[in-house]
Amino acid sequence: MGAPEVIERGLAVIGGGPAGLAAAIAAKEAGADVVLIERDRILGGILNQCIHDGFGLHRFGEALSGPEYAGRFIDRQRELGIPVMRNTIVLKLSRDRRLLTSQAGRLTEIRAGAVVLATGCRERPRGALSIPGHRPSGVYTAGAAQSFVNMENIMPGKRVCILGSGDIGLIMARRMTLEGAKVEAVFEIMPWSGGLPRNIRQCLSDYGIPLFLSTTIVGVSGMGRLEGVTAARVDERGQPVKGTERFFPCDTLLLSVGLIPENELAREAGIALDPLTGGALADENCMTDAEGIFSCGNALHVHDLADMASEEAERAGRCAAAYVSGGPLSPGGPSVEIRPGLNVRYVVPGRVSLPGASRGRDGVALAFRVTAPRREAVVRITGGDVTVREERYPRLHPAEMVWTRLRGEDLGGLEKRVRALEVNVL
Amino acid sequence: MSGSTIKGEFLCVVCPNGCILEAEYEEKGEGGRELIFFAGNRCARGEKWVRQEIEDPMRTISSSILVRGGDFPLASVRTTAPIPLTKVRDVMDEIRKAALDAPLYIGQVVLVNPAGAETNIIVTRGVAALRHR
Repeated sequence: MGAPEVIERGLAVIGGGPAGLAAAIAAKEAGADVVLIERDRILGGILNQCIHDGFGLHRFGEALSGPEYAGRFIDRQRELGIPVMRNTIVLKLSRDRRLLTSQAGRLTEIRAGAVVLATGCRERPRGALSIPGHRPSGVYTAGAAQSFVNMENIMPGKRVCILGSGDIGLIMARRMTLEGAKVEAVFEIMPWSGGLPRNIRQCLSDYGIPLFLSTTIVGVSGMGRLEGVTAARVDERGQPVKGTERFFPCDTLLLSVGLIPENELAREAGIALDPLTGGALADENCMTDAEGIFSCGNALHVHDLADMASEEAERAGRCAAAYVSGGPLSPGGPSVEIRPGLNVRYVVPGRVSLPGASRGRDGVALAFRVTAPRREAVVRITGGDVTVREERYPRLHPAEMVWTRLRGEDLGGLEKRVRALEVNVL
Repeated sequence: MSGSTIKGEFLCVVCPNGCILEAEYEEKGEGGRELIFFAGNRCARGEKWVRQEIEDPMRTISSSILVRGGDFPLASVRTTAPIPLTKVRDVMDEIRKAALDAPLYIGQVVLVNPAGAETNIIVTRGVAALRHR
């Protein structure tokens, strides 16, 4: 392999899923010279295997399947003539925005004016869970099973248990049932489901699949192929309760136990990450602590809805385009940290510039998740002793991200010494 | 002959309020059900929703269809209109029986009124034809 070919680009977008497509399109529409880099042979990312409907309800007012939703963006990408490097992986990213890419061993160095990280997320694997027992075949992440069934026409098994009640696990419970498998049970360690309520009804209740809350798997049996799992109730601290064990025969176990933003490139480039989200620490423009490197979509924080990932990515794309053209991203001036307070797991973005929030009618978008379900909730954003904003919600759930906005008028009464705002749920 | 009365909790998904409705219904045989009591909804939409959910739940379905000569073995498909939950199995059987030749395009109608249901089945992920060398 010789020295890599060197090319220069205004903006390189890494990842051709819902976020990367939206970022590339928004940046191109803003006049940037964009290249979109995709690891797979087709664009669309994980949407290609998400054949269930419900995508696009916010954006298009229609319930589309994942591939159709991606298709709308791919049509636009073609219209705009945005070049795509397919089958191309980014091996290395540096803070000065040089990317080393490989396409079947052909190396190219891209020197980019700005970079958007839209690398999505990964599933939490079994290794991160420490389930005791043997290591038989038949244990898959829910997303891997989804790829087998929906892309490759391979059924992973006939009798299925699912650990974790995240949406992908619920969707796969229905999918495997429709394809003729018997789904025995879904186990969730928390006292509430990790998935959306409509998925509990339409994916489990409709097919009589039981959901066991406050329950986890304490044993995996089978030497060659999985033969069954042992489930047990857990106490308030998540510890299995002796005497509650029950054996469920099955040949397949699907894991739907959480998603982790994919940030290997960011980590190697020394970009600061938020330990609460697993994504980069970003400001209201989606810019990381590395000048000109932006992050959006599930790489920034795990979204519930592709529609919202696209919307966030458009912001990242527009801001990246503005950065490349030398325009000011924010009017400058003081910024405040945004922190999760009472009953809040995380907040994005982690930093907001005060003049930025005051610019325009809409201010800046804040996204956060609660730690536990709550009814008649009050969301109170505070800076020091001052409440800058208060909102009421009939119902909040950890599986549903909350979007709110911070506007200039909220920040008027803020004292100058205040360096951080806290989002609290009471 | 009177059927059995069943109680259940239904989380209304019509709006973000997410009202939890308590409902009782009677099984009438042959899959028929009748709502006989409900409480907990804050508006009329909740009543309409729980009645539909109990007496005749409607669902959209998504699946895949076999493709011959394509660069993927499957094309994803979906219903264009909700169908009765009781018909889901029959519609799935029709989808499973079908096999189509590539190329297929997003939006292409591949089944009309499968199993008598008032819906079409359309392709939702296009599949290109394999290029012959």
